[in-house]
Amino acid sequence: MTPPEPSSYLVLALLLVAALLFGLTPLALAWLWARFFSPAKPGPTKHAIYECGLESRGDAWIQFRSGYYLYAILFLIFDVETVFLLPFAVAFGGLSIGAFIAMMVFILLLAEGLVWAWQKGVLAWK
Amino acid sequence: MMDEGLRSELGKQGIFTTTLEELYNWGRKNSVWPLGFGLACCAIEMIAASMARWDLARFGAEVFRPSPRQADLMIVAGTVTKKMAPQVVRLYNQMPEPKYVIAMGACAISGGPFKQGYNVLKGIDRYIPVDVHIPGCPPRPEALLHAFMKLQQLIDAQALTGGSRPRHLLPEAPSEFLVPEYGPHDLEPPKNPDVWCPPVVGGRET
Repeated sequence: MTPPEPSSYLVLALLLVAALLFGLTPLALAWLWARFFSPAKPGPTKHAIYECGLESRGDAWIQFRSGYYLYAILFLIFDVETVFLLPFAVAFGGLSIGAFIAMMVFILLLAEGLVWAWQKGVLAWK
Repeated sequence: MMDEGLRSELGKQGIFTTTLEELYNWGRKNSVWPLGFGLACCAIEMIAASMARWDLARFGAEVFRPSPRQADLMIVAGTVTKKMAPQVVRLYNQMPEPKYVIAMGACAISGGPFKQGYNVLKGIDRYIPVDVHIPGCPPRPEALLHAFMKLQQLIDAQALTGGSRPRHLLPEAPSEFLVPEYGPHDLEPPKNPDVWCPPVVGGRET
């Protein structure tokens, strides 16, 4: 196999230059235009932290209590449970005994989780 | 600069001529991004104007921005209470230049039915320069569309050089407007004298 001629790589280099120009020329033009026709007008209010028009108070870098995480998890569990309980209630009359037991096991699992979390003291706000 | 007659003659022959300034203004006027900002019932009409039936997108202005940093236009849609006025001015200050203001409805232009009340600002033009005023309580979406077309005409006519160029190109023009303080009796100061020059009727300000 003969190595490719140097000129075939030259095309690639030319394409690279063209691609760069294609991208950079509009950026340069926009920069030039902004320099002359859209000068920066800075100010203390403009540079202030955006708080829907209110003045921000204190530091924006605050830490949230990790306790919120457990609340979110517990909320999610019972939120999902509700989603399943509603169709369960609607279809209750026509359910087979197997489906009923399966649903009871599902609720028991979640209730068990709640009892465990309660005993761990997660629900007590410290 | 090309002669108007020659330009019209060329146009008849199917030759389109333009200037950079016209192209710039054409782009600007067809992509006015309003700030998503409603104060009262006028905002419902503003929302209606941006939805399918009135379709503000035809004017390139359907992109309501949730941040003033990306907005060109503030539609003051509704009653500006004195407690809200500082926030309105601060949001206006946080918008990048060139920026425009439409005062929508009787409250925003004058205080409207609450003009004689104690807690409503008697027109947002006391603090920020308003480009288009729309009367009505509330104005219908058609009125807002009309204001948009007026604003587009205004943007189209703005020259980049000379005395009529936009405010941000004037070196002496302020970059920010005074944000009033919510005081115990009234806003302090009750107006920005650099912005608001009221007509004097019968020896006292109206």
